[in-house]
Amino acid sequence: MTPQDSNLQERCGTLIAWGAAGSVTMAFLWLLGDLLWHGLSHISWTFLVSAPRNAGREGGIGPILVSTGLIVGICMAVAFPIGLGTAIFLAEYTRDDRPMGRLLRGSLDVLAGVPSIVFGLFGNALFCQALGLGFSIASGGLTLACMVLPILIRTTEEGFRAIPLDQRLSAAALGLSRQTTVWAILLPAAIPGLLVGSILGLGRAFAETAALIFTSGYVDRMPESLMDSGRALSVHIYDLAMNVAGGNPNAYATAVVLVGLLVLINLLASWIAERWTTANHLPA
Amino acid sequence: MAGGILLLVVAFLILESWPAFQDIGPARFFTDQDWYPTERLYLLTPMLWGTLWATLGSIVLAAPLGILSAIFCHYYAPPLLATWYRRLIELLAGIPSVVYGFWGLVVLVPVIGQLHPPGPSLLAGILVLFLMILPTIMLVAHASFAKVPLSYIHSAMALGLGRWAMIRNVLLPTARAGLFTGILLGIARALGETMAILMVCGNVVQTPSNLFDPIRTLTANIALEMAYALGDHRSALFVSGLLLMGMVVVFVVMAEGLQYRKLDDTAR
Repeated sequence: MTPQDSNLQERCGTLIAWGAAGSVTMAFLWLLGDLLWHGLSHISWTFLVSAPRNAGREGGIGPILVSTGLIVGICMAVAFPIGLGTAIFLAEYTRDDRPMGRLLRGSLDVLAGVPSIVFGLFGNALFCQALGLGFSIASGGLTLACMVLPILIRTTEEGFRAIPLDQRLSAAALGLSRQTTVWAILLPAAIPGLLVGSILGLGRAFAETAALIFTSGYVDRMPESLMDSGRALSVHIYDLAMNVAGGNPNAYATAVVLVGLLVLINLLASWIAERWTTANHLPA
Repeated sequence: MAGGILLLVVAFLILESWPAFQDIGPARFFTDQDWYPTERLYLLTPMLWGTLWATLGSIVLAAPLGILSAIFCHYYAPPLLATWYRRLIELLAGIPSVVYGFWGLVVLVPVIGQLHPPGPSLLAGILVLFLMILPTIMLVAHASFAKVPLSYIHSAMALGLGRWAMIRNVLLPTARAGLFTGILLGIARALGETMAILMVCGNVVQTPSNLFDPIRTLTANIALEMAYALGDHRSALFVSGLLLMGMVVVFVVMAEGLQYRKLDDTAR
């Protein structure tokens, strides 16, 4: 290879790298810009609190926000204790090389990869039919709880693993039992990890559509109890875009609300994660 | 507990699809004339092809661009730009699939429709999936480039290699396992994606013959017909769910395997 050849290659390489990044950025700015351009003008306080009218073409998303909140609330209320328990078990009570720990970790990885539509099928079969909950906010929340568990457990477990071994050894030297150590010493130290995990799980729950269509249903009225069917924000976007002619303006506005919520959630998670790492680097 | 839930998921899928295996038999999913559940014809292959082509197309686009994006971020972009670029991609990784689908429906589909009617097509599906899995591939590639030992880069520079030569001959081979992991995770995500595909692909049951044909994927089929499916039809949908889960599991396990292999390599 002559120097000229390699020079040419270098130039091409630089060009390709900048070109790829540029085109990707353009595509995404197009997407975000389009959403904001069409959606922002429709958002107002009345849009957020009033009920949808005329199949969602007019009116707002008040009841849908409430249903979404309830679904996600149930999801977190169920997933949080189970997730915390499993994470403590994985981080403190098993070793990586034990078959039990490996099996659990393997099944978590698989569970994280299961497509959401399959969770929808499963939720429909178990919660709606076998347990007789029907299309309801409760079924939707429980299905989502199964879905967010893997991410919740993984992040929480990492939170526990980041705690220096010294703390466990000191606790043992003071004669504390394993249980006291976990609850009184390790749990407070792992709270940031727990928070980040929950927030990421929350984000995933908000974004989910496919698993909710056949579990929490389509009804866009204000829910009266947890056994009522309720429509989530993402399902509302889908329905407006696909089944309601002329629903696009409100679908845009709902999409902006949903994306805005998710951005807030992610910012919160990364803010906590950042504070947590800097706090860990402080001299003891 | 988590293992229990996985078992529960698999158990219910098998339980619900059992009637289909008994009444219809596994062979007929591949040999029937067509998919007309009301006429008791249950051919899954057109949907299977739809899923496979859409996944293949999106990965062919997203893998090189995702990896190049990561390279750009690490080795070409000025630090400030790199940070912002990564933030943008992280933001996109969090955008729900239904929003991608909506954008595809109102923006991409009309554009494609002008080029070559009807518009809702395999191409639209590929493009939307490509945008959705690109962040996954880029972020995993980014992480694996960050793990390349600094001494490799220093040695390459000391040898007088140019940036591109260094990337091609030193960095890409070193980070290979991580890059493949990212691609496999991207494939798993593309296979399982429902909403975006459902909204832009047209949902006609047929084996696509070119990029502009409308298609229906396995996931979209479940989403569309689950609402009214009864009896064997319902079980047939659970069978397709089982099939999907099987494919995704294979890719996820392969990705995990690669990561373990990488650990062994560094240990040696």
